[in-house]
Amino acid sequence: MDAEGIGKVVLEELRRIAPELEEVEPSKPLRDQVDLDSMDWLNFLVALNERLRIEIPEADYRKLGTLDQVVAYLSAKAR
Amino acid sequence: MIEFKLPSLGADMDEGKLLQWKVKPGDKVKRGDVVAVVETPKAAVDVEIWQDGVVHELITQPGTTIPVGTVMAQLIGEGEAPPAAAPAPAPMAAVAPAPPAAPPPSRHAVSPAARKHARELGVDVEKLTGTGPHGAVTVEDVEQAAKGAPQQAPATAAAPPTDKALAMRKAIAAAMSRSKREIPHYYLSQTIPMQRAMDWLTARNEKRPVAERLLMGALQLKAVALALKDFPDFNGFWKDNAFQPAQGIHVGVAISLRQGGLIAPAIHDVAELGLDELMKALADLVRRARAGSLRSSEMSDPTITVTNLGDQGVDEVFAIIFPPQVAIVGFGRVAPRPWAQDGMIGAVPAVVASLAADHRASDGHRGARFLAAIAARLQEPEAL
Repeated sequence: MDAEGIGKVVLEELRRIAPELEEVEPSKPLRDQVDLDSMDWLNFLVALNERLRIEIPEADYRKLGTLDQVVAYLSAKAR
Repeated sequence: MIEFKLPSLGADMDEGKLLQWKVKPGDKVKRGDVVAVVETPKAAVDVEIWQDGVVHELITQPGTTIPVGTVMAQLIGEGEAPPAAAPAPAPMAAVAPAPPAAPPPSRHAVSPAARKHARELGVDVEKLTGTGPHGAVTVEDVEQAAKGAPQQAPATAAAPPTDKALAMRKAIAAAMSRSKREIPHYYLSQTIPMQRAMDWLTARNEKRPVAERLLMGALQLKAVALALKDFPDFNGFWKDNAFQPAQGIHVGVAISLRQGGLIAPAIHDVAELGLDELMKALADLVRRARAGSLRSSEMSDPTITVTNLGDQGVDEVFAIIFPPQVAIVGFGRVAPRPWAQDGMIGAVPAVVASLAADHRASDGHRGARFLAAIAARLQEPEAL
């Protein structure tokens, strides 16, 4: 799957957790924008793991600060 | 004959609307079965039955709003013979509340919560005009009467709450106002070093796929539950001017809802759950709370509440007790803080745990020891 497809999946899963979500500023901190608590965040990563079959170690969470970073990280791992 | 009554699903529930029966006359039910779905201001709740039997008659019609305590259905208990063609209860008797043990039944429909509140405020419910469904006297009516304010015009029975958010806020307002009015809170806090817990959690999660990882919140819940075993005076209820210890340790988890408001359903027997089981139960509870799909026992059973606002960046929580519980434990964020050890000052991850407790049921000395017990449990994460 290319970066565009991954971006679509990421947004779908974000909207599943936060149905009220309208727009995400891709370069701004994601968890603040979407008001994701620890449980939401874990559920988000579980959903991405299930759909994309990509493991995300806990040590890599710090690389996933913004929507752009999430998509870039997953795209690199999908290659 | 067993009377199945609308249970109270929390201090903030005065009435509920029957959305759906899950059983029909003739069905066998056993303890724990979901028999109805009832809408409360906070969620649609799957209501369980607590006795075995056979459904004899469904009294309340779906779509009807009824006060807590109303007989909704009759069941035939084990070994009981079905009644002969006895005179059937009047249709829609559901609007009348179940007769309370004392005082004698009122000619008004009065919810148990409103009746209790009226006694406390010295208000004569017989003289009130109910504004609840079918003219039932509500807690709000009692409060208005106590203040000497004119009552609002009675609402029609058909008027459903049109604004769920408003209904939620009203429910929270009622419970929290009651808490602050009735409960003499005292507050304590303790900063707890979390290095050991963090290291243990990181090592454990490192080996696990994302779906099997633990959150720090699960460790905190377990630590509170285990500490309660040694401090049962924080696990229970203040009722009838006395502390009544709870049988199990059912921890209510404060869950914020995305549409606004919060709900604090219970995870049962937390002290007996392994961390993996507890994490699963927590994830499931949060998911169902946010989807509006909780069970009545989860709503009615919390014996203490834990609230965690660390994700929102707060250092410390000054929480309000959910009556009739007698304590609530709050956790702020786990963050690096200056810490002195062996004559050196360094930065260690730490969390501020706070306790709000009911001074009628316990004193600060016990509260301090309870907090210290929670802190001690968090220093031994492998034993949680």
